[in-house]
Amino acid sequence: MNFSGLIHNLGPLTITGLAQGAIYALFALGYTLVYGVLRLINFAHSEVFMMGTYATLITWGFFGLNQNSATPGLGSVLGYLVLGLIAAIIMSGVTAVVIEFVAYRPLRRRNAPPLAFLITAIGASTVISEAVGVATHRNLRGVPPLIKPATVVHIGNTTITNLQLLIILLALVMMAVLDVFINRTRLGRGVRAVAQNPDGAALMGVNKNRVISLVFLLGGLMAGIAAVMYVLKIGDTRYDAGFNLGISAFTAAVLGGIGNLRGALLGGLVLGVAENWGAGLFGTEWHQVVSFVLLIVILMFRPTGLLGESLGRARA
Amino acid sequence: MTTLQEPTPVETPPRKARSFQLRGWFSQLPWPARLVIILAVLACGYLLPYLGDVPVIGPQIITQGIDWPSALFNMSYYVLLAVGLNVVVGFAGMLDLGYVGFFAVGTYTVALLCSSDSVLHTGWPWLAAVPIAIAVAMVSGLILGWPTLRLRGDYLAIVTLGFAEIIRITADSANFLRGNRGFTDVPHPPGSHSDGSPIFGVVDATPYFWLGLTVVIIAVLALRNLDRSRVGRSWLAIREDEEAAELMGVRTIKYKLWAFAIGAAVGGLGGVMFAGEQGFVNSATFVLQFSILVLGGVVMGGSGNIPGAILGGALISYIPDRLRGINDPIFHTDLYQFRFLLFGLAIIIIMIFRPQGLIPSRRRSMELKDRAKEVAPQ
Repeated sequence: MNFSGLIHNLGPLTITGLAQGAIYALFALGYTLVYGVLRLINFAHSEVFMMGTYATLITWGFFGLNQNSATPGLGSVLGYLVLGLIAAIIMSGVTAVVIEFVAYRPLRRRNAPPLAFLITAIGASTVISEAVGVATHRNLRGVPPLIKPATVVHIGNTTITNLQLLIILLALVMMAVLDVFINRTRLGRGVRAVAQNPDGAALMGVNKNRVISLVFLLGGLMAGIAAVMYVLKIGDTRYDAGFNLGISAFTAAVLGGIGNLRGALLGGLVLGVAENWGAGLFGTEWHQVVSFVLLIVILMFRPTGLLGESLGRARA
Repeated sequence: MTTLQEPTPVETPPRKARSFQLRGWFSQLPWPARLVIILAVLACGYLLPYLGDVPVIGPQIITQGIDWPSALFNMSYYVLLAVGLNVVVGFAGMLDLGYVGFFAVGTYTVALLCSSDSVLHTGWPWLAAVPIAIAVAMVSGLILGWPTLRLRGDYLAIVTLGFAEIIRITADSANFLRGNRGFTDVPHPPGSHSDGSPIFGVVDATPYFWLGLTVVIIAVLALRNLDRSRVGRSWLAIREDEEAAELMGVRTIKYKLWAFAIGAAVGGLGGVMFAGEQGFVNSATFVLQFSILVLGGVVMGGSGNIPGAILGGALISYIPDRLRGINDPIFHTDLYQFRFLLFGLAIIIIMIFRPQGLIPSRRRSMELKDRAKEVAPQ
């Protein structure tokens, strides 16, 4: 127990936690969207994210960037970032839709019990991560140093680096865009309708299968953005990078109330901050224990998470 | 509230009768014939280590990269775990993603009580630690069960997953559990041949398999009787509709805790067997993928059905071991490195073609058919 250390470093720990939590939040959206519509834990979502990290790195590799290359100028950095984001988004989106098509749709047609979906999800996750693992000989792949860490904000001993600022802002913007998309557009109304009552929505002329594909696609897009942030922040990726992060992201989704978009944001940020405070208090190796204990305590008092489940119901 | 409901006519889809014929034939036999068949099957089970001597078929079935009795022993504790997890997931319908936690509790209790590396310095024999380990695992099941009583479905899944992760991280990081260095010389089960050499040695795994098989048989008999008792019917009621069960006077809290405790005890027993054979325990065994693998076995075999769980548990251990030591024709590497890839493909294919598992539970499939008409948004 290191209380003085925690109090002393409260600011820096919080900022690191917020940046970490922003990645969790974007990642968690994939779980929450799919759960809201299908009542299904999409276990393979962690692999959607992992594919995104590789797509980014391979794209940067095309331009001759590797972990030893020098940081390019600002203009080209922006170009690379946008290209990396596009590659990750496309790759993750396609992966998510393909998973839905191969692993879930056949089961839905057969009216399978819920557990069967969970098992094919686990199967899909294993297949993708192992295929990448075999193809990359289970090696780490380094990330080119695109963004040179620099402090942009300075308050007391709290510093915010350009990367942290970028991650947090990008996450907030994407959350806002998604929120508007789900709550204000015609396609979003379809998603909410199917989440609320699949049969009723189908009777009203909503194409259920198309909505489900859309939901997987949206989750994939968000995971792709999270993937780019992750490689910039962590500096490498591996075939199993998605797995552990996926557990944290799913915890975040449940913490905020699974099926609830704003819950994913809140859950992600709370989890990121709690993990970092926990790491400051008990030591780094215990950070996940802190987050799981927090989850259990919150679920004891609020069994459906902080904001409750409500993709379809709230403000519908 | 609707009290009496008109039975709505349901058109029954044509049933695939073929897989049920064997079971029907068996249950119609007179009891002595059934007993003889069961005993013959069990005898075949005990003779499995000698399968390699059977001409033609034997060499195809036995594993190549790992000696066959060891592979059989691995299958026996995987079956034990699958049967135990089946109580929680299949009978009581609670999704447990952290079953490896109980396995770890059992293993570490034995290691702490018996190993010379332990801070306790008790140095007990293996057999004395068995009941303690099972009891500790049971208590850990209750500890997990108590805060999660209010949770349903996927919330329960994430909490159980977190529980297993907490145990793994503790094993990794707490000094007295020795993390990756682990506990050496955990004693083997007792007993010696007439010439003084121990029955449970390090060379031949056959006696371990026989022990494992015996434990599996005892556990299966106990769980089968439990499933057919008042407890089993309560689990069924809870699985189908918890509120309705509560209204009908089933004490849901009590029986949910029982399911957790019994599942945990069987998992702990699996850990005890594992520690006794390996002689070495460290934190690398208790990764989350292990729980997921066992869950995959239960559902693949047929959730809620003991023969299904046995088959699933055996398959998840057998398939990877069988792939070991085979060179594939394309890449010329050991197929063992593709084991999880092939396992993933296998479970997707099995689930698509047999969504209720390889050996579906009869009672469950009827319920599912019944429920198909009431699939409604929550």
